Amino acid sequence: MTSVTDRQKLQYIAAQAADARVNVELETEGMTLNLGPQHPATHGTLRIIAQLDGEQVVHAEPVAGYMHRGYEKLTEVRTYPQITTLINRIDWLGSFANEVPFILAAEQLMEVEAPERAMWIRTILFELSRISNLILFLGDMGVQLGAVTPVFFAFRDREFVLDQIEAATGGRFHPNFDRIGGLRDDLPKGWLESTKGSMDKVRDFCDQIEDLLLGSEIFQTRTRGIGIVPTDVAMQYGLSGPNARASGIDWDVRRDNCIGLAYPELDWKVWTHTDGDSFARFWVRIQEVREAAKMVDQLCDGLPAGPVMAKVPRIIKVPAGEAYVATENPLGEMGYYIVSEGDLTPFRVKIRSASFSNMSITPWLLRGVYVPDIITILGSLYFILGDIDR
Amino acid sequence: MTPMLAVDWAYWQETLVKVGLGLVAVLLLTGAVVYLYLFKFVSFMQSRLGPMEAGPYGSMQLLAEVGKWLQKEDVFTENSDRIVFGLAPAIVMSSTFLMFVVIPAGPNAVISDLGTGIYYVLAMTSIATVGILSAGWASANKYSLIGGLRAAGQLIAYELPLVLAVVGVVIQVGSLNLQDIVHAQSDGAIFGWSGIGNPFIFTQFVGFMIFLIAVQAELTQSPFDMPIAESELVGGYQVEYTGIRFLVFFIAEFATAVGFAAVASTLFLGGWALPADWASESTMHWLGPIVISAKAVLLVGVVFWVRFSLPRFREDQLQQLAWKFLIPVALLNIVVTGTLKVAF
Repeated sequence: MTSVTDRQKLQYIAAQAADARVNVELETEGMTLNLGPQHPATHGTLRIIAQLDGEQVVHAEPVAGYMHRGYEKLTEVRTYPQITTLINRIDWLGSFANEVPFILAAEQLMEVEAPERAMWIRTILFELSRISNLILFLGDMGVQLGAVTPVFFAFRDREFVLDQIEAATGGRFHPNFDRIGGLRDDLPKGWLESTKGSMDKVRDFCDQIEDLLLGSEIFQTRTRGIGIVPTDVAMQYGLSGPNARASGIDWDVRRDNCIGLAYPELDWKVWTHTDGDSFARFWVRIQEVREAAKMVDQLCDGLPAGPVMAKVPRIIKVPAGEAYVATENPLGEMGYYIVSEGDLTPFRVKIRSASFSNMSITPWLLRGVYVPDIITILGSLYFILGDIDR
Repeated sequence: MTPMLAVDWAYWQETLVKVGLGLVAVLLLTGAVVYLYLFKFVSFMQSRLGPMEAGPYGSMQLLAEVGKWLQKEDVFTENSDRIVFGLAPAIVMSSTFLMFVVIPAGPNAVISDLGTGIYYVLAMTSIATVGILSAGWASANKYSLIGGLRAAGQLIAYELPLVLAVVGVVIQVGSLNLQDIVHAQSDGAIFGWSGIGNPFIFTQFVGFMIFLIAVQAELTQSPFDMPIAESELVGGYQVEYTGIRFLVFFIAEFATAVGFAAVASTLFLGGWALPADWASESTMHWLGPIVISAKAVLLVGVVFWVRFSLPRFREDQLQQLAWKFLIPVALLNIVVTGTLKVAF
């Protein structure tokens, strides 16, 4: 395999050659189209420089960094409890899921283990944030393809899930609920029943989306066969999460490498799709929302009693050492590599966020597609800008 | 031609009154359609309320919007071709209003009862293509350019099924005149039963469907809204337009929707007329405009219903739909209609 720089060089040469070909053979000029940083399809400030031949993309290059907030550096000057507030904002649609791997890594270093009840509640909230994140994806995909209505349904039904998160944690978007050694609080009374009620709403929403989008012939012609990622390419570019599973990679951190969460005790299924196209990525995510709803139901039924906080010193000093914990976040595999020197603050935190790796495939994927397909592919790859520019 | 009203006016006076009334009617209908469908119908589809503040149930919202647009600065982009850029909305708008000239709203309520009525309507709607293409070109914006080119390709492609769908009706009536088409429907009979006349939606159902699909594309509404495509082209040929020029585009878009719906209801739903034995001709003088408005508004509802339900096609898929499906089916429809016309 060629190294990254070689690959970039080859890509550059290919782009130049394609440009020359456009100029010589057709006697036309290529056009450079700047998608973004302000563009409705980029969920924020991603910029894609696309060289076009007519409506066909000759070469496309994503430019990230317009919203870089320097989280890895900021974490070095904050104490461990303060960091959760910060990293909440990485993937802002599934905030709680960002806290969990960091807390788990810190717990691993401190050799603390959260009580079982805390572990289960963490799993519930984790899945709720997955649902609230993916629901918005399912609606948003419609907007990307020109159907305006599904996104309103998505915002409407996501509210039921956010209400549950708010009732338990006090924050709709940024719960900041996870603590080293457990959780800040126990669940409020009657929460489990109302959560199960909202899961029914989520399932209804999935049915609606399947009617509105998945079953629509126009949606299928727009997504089937568009942006195909073969299994080996997906592995080479380090895709993870639903994107990888849509390419037929049967890998889910929740099942295969679960640390500190209650997944092994649940009855659920990892869905994969063999096509690897935009449709497959959409389809896999619908199944994941359904699975997550199923899991939340099981977790609510089997929630063990007990404390939600282990014995942890008042001032948290993490012993020297290194730990890496990854979890299956809504967008893919997200991990924190913490290096501690025994201080109040970590020495270095490396954040492996899913979207950043998932986006790396775009230059490969966007070559030769039409302008409308750029939107389909970007939408189906599903990135959150905060997750790219940490 | 008998005078529209029971007053003996000079030709220019009558024309002036007709044009004035026509303008008022078109703008009122357009406003009603925007409020009914763009503001309210869609909001209810999407589980929200829509505008509620301006006037009772937000009914004055459109006036507020128009007021806002009128106040805005008239922006020309730096590299734009100023004359073409300024002229483009006017071309689109005039294409829209010229279309209404021949649409009858009553036994005499028509500005100009041309013998080539439907032919004239289709010719006038094609002018909008020029306006949209020049808007896309003159904006000096890449998104606009792509949008304008897409629009040109799309409007030309869908002009054909539109014309071919109409041919079926024309064969059945044997006239291009819209009044003749209306009378043929109200005086007709279905297998000898004249209870509801013979609206061509029954005999020309295929033509009706093709017409509706093509109209959807001509209006550049979803699923055929690639020229605008706000999620990819941000707004297509309209990107650089603000203020009054955008307002003109906006009015033209919805007035064209009303116009096409009026044409469709004239061709397929019986137009302004009620079946011959329902109402006398003197009643139809005032009832006719109401009847055709109601039919047109209902048909615009279908357009918006589809618009807010379906995702959009890709440009090449849209062309395929037009050339590989709609045009062959429309041609087949003409052949069948012609054969039956000769046979019976």
